[in-house]
Amino acid sequence: MSSETISGPILTSDGIPLKVSLKKAERINKIRAFLLVLPLLAFILITFIIPIGDMLSRSVDDRYINTVFPKTFEVYKKWDKKGLPSEEVFKTMFLEIGEAKGFKIGKASTRMNYSKSGWKSLIKKSQRKFKKIKEGPYKDKMIAVDKRWGDPIYWKALGEMVDPTTFGYYLNAVDLKYDSNKEIIAQPENRRIYIHTWIKTFKVSLLVTIFTLMLGYPIAYLLATLPLKYSNLLMICVLLPFWTSLLVRTVAWMIILQQKGVFNNLMVMAGLIADENRWKLMYNETGTIIVMTQILLPFMVLPLYSVMKTISPSYMKAALNLGASPLHAFWKVYMPNSIPGISAGGLLVFIIAIGYFITPELVGGKDGQMIGNWIAYHLKTTLNWGLCAALGSVLLAVMLVFYWLYNKIIGVENIKLG
Amino acid sequence: MALPVYATTPQRIGYYSFLTYCGLVFFFLVAPIFIVLPLSFSSSPFFEFTREFMTLDPSGWSLKWYKQMVNICGVEVTTVCTDKWMRGTVNSFYIGIVSTFIATGLGTVAALGLSRPHMPFRALIMAILISPMIVPLIITAAGMFFFYSKLGLTHSYTGLILAHTALGTPFVVITVTATLTGFDNNLIRASQSLGGDTMKTFFKVIMPLILPGVISGALFAFITSFDEVVVVLFVGSVEQVTIPRQMWAGLRQEISPVILCMATCLVALSIGLLTTVELLRRRSERLRGIKNR
Repeated sequence: MSSETISGPILTSDGIPLKVSLKKAERINKIRAFLLVLPLLAFILITFIIPIGDMLSRSVDDRYINTVFPKTFEVYKKWDKKGLPSEEVFKTMFLEIGEAKGFKIGKASTRMNYSKSGWKSLIKKSQRKFKKIKEGPYKDKMIAVDKRWGDPIYWKALGEMVDPTTFGYYLNAVDLKYDSNKEIIAQPENRRIYIHTWIKTFKVSLLVTIFTLMLGYPIAYLLATLPLKYSNLLMICVLLPFWTSLLVRTVAWMIILQQKGVFNNLMVMAGLIADENRWKLMYNETGTIIVMTQILLPFMVLPLYSVMKTISPSYMKAALNLGASPLHAFWKVYMPNSIPGISAGGLLVFIIAIGYFITPELVGGKDGQMIGNWIAYHLKTTLNWGLCAALGSVLLAVMLVFYWLYNKIIGVENIKLG
Repeated sequence: MALPVYATTPQRIGYYSFLTYCGLVFFFLVAPIFIVLPLSFSSSPFFEFTREFMTLDPSGWSLKWYKQMVNICGVEVTTVCTDKWMRGTVNSFYIGIVSTFIATGLGTVAALGLSRPHMPFRALIMAILISPMIVPLIITAAGMFFFYSKLGLTHSYTGLILAHTALGTPFVVITVTATLTGFDNNLIRASQSLGGDTMKTFFKVIMPLILPGVISGALFAFITSFDEVVVVLFVGSVEQVTIPRQMWAGLRQEISPVILCMATCLVALSIGLLTTVELLRRRSERLRGIKNR
């Protein structure tokens, strides 16, 4: 044994301390690995993450109206919100309505209409008639054009627009709004639609999750316990719907569920229901739930199957040997072991279900609409993009909570495909 | 699992009712898909089984909807003839194939990086890369509509291809990373010690081993694009009509049985793709020495 001790750190052959050298090598490896991922990461950031961020920013963005009425809003801020604003506010408003281009003012007045309905028609009418007014005092002449200019409610409604950002759309997304004093109040009874839709979205998703679990658990169990040559064949039955176009499956369900569809025909033929009161299975919530259950079933079966495959059959045998009844053994031994699969499948189905749009749109009718349908409606039909973005952001936030949960419990890397 | 010979009567009843239940669930899963097949040969303009059809009366059967689908307009065809189905098919394949190629390239390289032991922030990056698969399509479509319209990419093929590429990459990343688990890194070292450079090692050693994963990822990416309708509806225009978009339009406006013909073709396609992916998966598992799962 040598008694010589090495003084100082261990050196590599070129005289650099081993630790430093190793760290350097590690860093190079890290950079190399990262460089491989970089192209895709950049691609996803640009084509996917930034667009989503853009949507988020749109949900609070109120800059547009500020570019149409910049001066008005400046003098407006000085107003004490009592009675009518000063002549100066009226004057700048008058001038800026005159200056703005037709489509610009149209877009702005649509925005104003969201806070107080009536603004749009008021602006439209005024724009035409203001051309005749040559000089002040503007206040009285504007009120003469339309009485609404003399109504403080309209003026107060502008208060929530003077800032370049607003939470108004988020409030609208949960059936609240700013009143004329910028205090948060509930929407009038007849305009409360979103809370109801949110509840329905959660209800439908939850029901679909429960139904897929009820249908999926037994067949996943069967697949996991059958000999491989049979289970492979049956697995195809699970995978085929997974690979078939969503629209094809929805069409198929429309054939089955419609009033004169296959299901009702069979029931009438069997004499179970009378011809004149066929069941209404489509264009309502029932239709949405039935179709979504079938469409999302593979997403429940596959995670369940991959967990059940790892549960050794000897556990059950042991339990039975020790005198447990089959049901008891299943409940106390098999079930607890399969819980990771239940949570994986359940979360996956729930996450997919809350954002569903196509199926409710086609088979849901009026009653089966989910939040996704309202997002599409505001995106394409009303063009109220602020509200569309706010609804989307809330949905995204809900979804991310569940995604985070999924990642925490199961890990995204463990998503199995086929 | 099978019933032991000594099973009691209640056990037998339980077992067979369990099997019946499972049978019904499988029926529930598969039957709807096959219901479109016979109906596409019906001469009825509605989605229903007519009496003539059920009694095999020749007048109840017809190929006219197929003719309409491929835009051959006979005399007996009364509804408006359109080339949209054929244009849709071409567009679907065009957008699908281009975006699959880009997604497969980017996804495979990224999966190689993610599978390296030194990858920093793996969990975070993985979560970002998988997110297009998780975020609801309607949100993706809204975001892309807002952002792409600023860049002038809406109503263009480029916009749709970029969108579909983003939607397809998670599948490639997942399948290729799965193939790479259990990949023997000594093979790379062996190749390098024998003088293979990075490129040669990749194409001659890594690629043949991960190819099944790459192909099934590519097929997943393709079917995702081929099947996608929400983004097409919002980012594309009438010009970029695809099969799903045309089916969507068909279901919302003129409910035409041509939809059923197209649906039949799509079912055939999905059976083909499913078979390919299954065969590839088995081959991959054999190659990597994983015995029957």
